[in-house]
Amino acid sequence: MDIRVQSAPFDLGHEANQFAARQTSMGAIVTFTGVVRDVAGGLDTMMIEHYPGMTEAALSQIARDATDRFALGDVLIIHRHGPLKPDDLIMMVATAAPHRASAFAAADFLMDYLKSRAPFWKKELTQDGADWVTAKDADEDALKRW
Amino acid sequence: MDVLYFAWVRERIGRPKDQIQTNATTVMELVEELRAREVRYEAAFADISALRVAVDQELTEFDAPLKDAREVAFFPPMTGG
Repeated sequence: MDIRVQSAPFDLGHEANQFAARQTSMGAIVTFTGVVRDVAGGLDTMMIEHYPGMTEAALSQIARDATDRFALGDVLIIHRHGPLKPDDLIMMVATAAPHRASAFAAADFLMDYLKSRAPFWKKELTQDGADWVTAKDADEDALKRW
Repeated sequence: MDVLYFAWVRERIGRPKDQIQTNATTVMELVEELRAREVRYEAAFADISALRVAVDQELTEFDAPLKDAREVAFFPPMTGG
């Protein structure tokens, strides 16, 4: 299990290769990457704030839950904070499992929990001003399917 | 006890953290004490349904006890991922 919270960019290809290279007997590796999306009116910066200490603990707990539930061989979570620009990579998860169904499901599970249970807050800065991104009811509802 | 604020809660209160002495036994009692401090606290805590709380870095509810708590954090619903 590898959990990283950082302001620095990460290299998706490098991380995916490293993750794949350290697995044994895993038939499936799934990666998901979150990207800063532009908004109507033009996004200048997305500021991501987090709660140092709790963030790492929450991500580790979510990763442990996913590992137990889907019998994963390994999990990687990288999540950035600080100022980001449109098309920057925000975060990635990678899951390794013997078969693809559990690798896909685990990545989906990780993303649902990361959205609503990891202490990150996004603020969008446009030429019209700055607005905190509000949590969607759908994100909270998504947890009920697990 | 350290009381931490994040995102718009931090902005509305105008600071990231307070160090306070309190006899509050639950999160809600602490909220009442904070509300009584100043208008900006009252504004930040006007609608607690819009807030989430963590005690010692674990998400919890507003009726949670504060016994031996070292750190309480208030923030809006999270938007990770």
